[in-house]
Amino acid sequence: MRMRLAAILGVLVVGCALLVSGCKKTPSGPGPSATPIKVGAIFAETGGASFLGAPEARTVKMFVEKLNRAGGVNGHKIELLVKDSGGSPEKAISLAKQLIDEDKVLAILGPSTSGETMSIKDICQEGKTILLSCAAAEKIVEPIAPFVFKTPQKDSDAARRIYETMKELAISKIGVVTSNDGFGIAGGEQLAKLAPEYGITIAISETYDKQATDLQDVLTKVMSAEVQGVVNWSIVPAQSLVAKNMKQIGFDVPLFQSHGFGNIKYVEQGGEAANGTIFPCGRLLVADVLPADHPQKNVLVEYKKDYESQYKEDASTFGGHAYDAILVLVEGIKKANSVERDQVRAAIETLQGVVGTGGVFNFSPTDHNGLAKDAFEVLTVKDGKFAVYQKQPGRN
Amino acid sequence: MNFALFVQYALSGITVGSIYAIVAIGFNIIYCTTGIINFAQGEFLIVGAMTAISLTRVVPLPVAILGAVVITTLLGGLIELIFIRRVRNASVLRLVIVTIGLSILIREAMLHVWDEKPWSLPYFTGTAVSTVTILGAHISLQVLWVLGVSVVIVTSLTLFFRYTTTGQAMRACADDRMAARLCGINDRWMVTLSFMLSAGIGALAGCIVSPITQTQYDMGAPLAIKGFTVAILGGLGNSMAAVAAGLFLGLLESFVVSVLPASYKEVVAIVVLLSILVFRPTGLFARRGTSALRTA
Repeated sequence: MRMRLAAILGVLVVGCALLVSGCKKTPSGPGPSATPIKVGAIFAETGGASFLGAPEARTVKMFVEKLNRAGGVNGHKIELLVKDSGGSPEKAISLAKQLIDEDKVLAILGPSTSGETMSIKDICQEGKTILLSCAAAEKIVEPIAPFVFKTPQKDSDAARRIYETMKELAISKIGVVTSNDGFGIAGGEQLAKLAPEYGITIAISETYDKQATDLQDVLTKVMSAEVQGVVNWSIVPAQSLVAKNMKQIGFDVPLFQSHGFGNIKYVEQGGEAANGTIFPCGRLLVADVLPADHPQKNVLVEYKKDYESQYKEDASTFGGHAYDAILVLVEGIKKANSVERDQVRAAIETLQGVVGTGGVFNFSPTDHNGLAKDAFEVLTVKDGKFAVYQKQPGRN
Repeated sequence: MNFALFVQYALSGITVGSIYAIVAIGFNIIYCTTGIINFAQGEFLIVGAMTAISLTRVVPLPVAILGAVVITTLLGGLIELIFIRRVRNASVLRLVIVTIGLSILIREAMLHVWDEKPWSLPYFTGTAVSTVTILGAHISLQVLWVLGVSVVIVTSLTLFFRYTTTGQAMRACADDRMAARLCGINDRWMVTLSFMLSAGIGALAGCIVSPITQTQYDMGAPLAIKGFTVAILGGLGNSMAAVAAGLFLGLLESFVVSVLPASYKEVVAIVVLLSILVFRPTGLFARRGTSALRTA
């Protein structure tokens, strides 16, 4: 009996000693043994918004792998927890709660869509967890919630770039078609709000189903309004349908699309009909032809090369938004030299000149997006490839 | 509205209508033999189109389509053997529920086999922008393919069901399974055959509409809903009427868009479906008592 007691005591003593020595190790400063930082991510890897979520999830996984191989950030490895929301706001809510309450993550990357982001904005704010959204809508950062940031460029800036190009082409009467989802509706609102500022009249505005398989009837209606140009604002595959159907019904006016068109897949689907489409977009798509001294050149070329060699598919600007989200977080952690949510949050707010794929980020307590209008380049499609748009002297 | 514009709306209606029609035909075959509505019909279309798209990387387009039809036909047969045949106490309702489950299963499987991106087959003749001009309006050459193939399918099906022994046996099964069995018809194989036939025709339809609609793994359900509406509208089991009903719904949608905001377009099919179920459940073109909607 006494022997057994002694044995138990002995085990306990040894155990305590081990524990103490274990504890001692951690504060010995940043080394490879420092506790990993938990970072959550909610992306629509499947479902209707998967063309956003899938490249986003792949991008952050790639980014974190590379970062951890290089020793992590401030000596901490990053432990990434990627969750698939399927594009559903309800699912995003429960995933966000799970990440905040159970996994106690430092920050959440994503979600992919504006609808999902808006439904978890308050949850992240109340849970004091940093949210770095990859969705476009401006209401995400307006009004500002201290813990909520977003990396894609602003809708209103895209609309402005479209209208500026129209003015160059002397287009003043236009038709607008949008998809009946969050992205299309928000874009339609921005276009309507900014049109008077640029002296542009929207003669007709139509909404189509996001799963539409043919849009000839809607476009026939737009054609009958005798407009000089058409803006399509959506992220769905219908973007290529608009281009094809316009050509098919012989509706020959310039077609403008939103930054949602920034995926070479849509150009391939549109075939010959996609040529000549004009749209504002981040510079990722034209990374190869940017001048060597452009500030974003290196970041863009490297991301594109890494992504394309690892996943054997074309990089898209959507994946780029996720790249920027994790980049901003890592820069924030470095600057704060801490893994406390409050300190990292405050550090992100003061980040200046962070070069990402979407542009150069300059955050402030009143600007949680950090990008300016010049983050958009006006692009066009030439022979099935993206090119920087240049005004042709022959065209008016 | 000037005349050219009117024709353009009409042609646009014919484009979508021809797609609805070719989807509806697939519903009719299985209904004809078993009396059930196969809600996985839309997925057969997408499986067919996706298979053909993958095959075009190694073989020419016609061979790819043929291959896709054969593969999807076998898949249809396999699905019947594994899932439908094993259902005990197979009431119509129970089988319909099984097909809904199957549609989800196939859709998710497609997401893993292919991916989430939209794909499409090349236009059969010309390119995305080649059209023919009719009365000052334009229509894509692919629509003529859809219409042509629909006519060929409907004609061959009608001949098949009316004049071949197998076709008559399939109809007999639909009419009275027990009586058909007493006449020496192997009713189980007739059901398998009907699944294979409708999967094959679905695959062909999927390939032909792919250049127009593009193909994405989750596109089956919306296509199937329209096809289902059209099948009901024409009268279930009547393929010729399905084509007429498809064109009718397409034209109706197109002209509704010309006067109302385009966002109301999706309501049209639902309104048509509800009114037909309330006011004329046998379908627009049915003679009384020939193909009443089954309730058993």
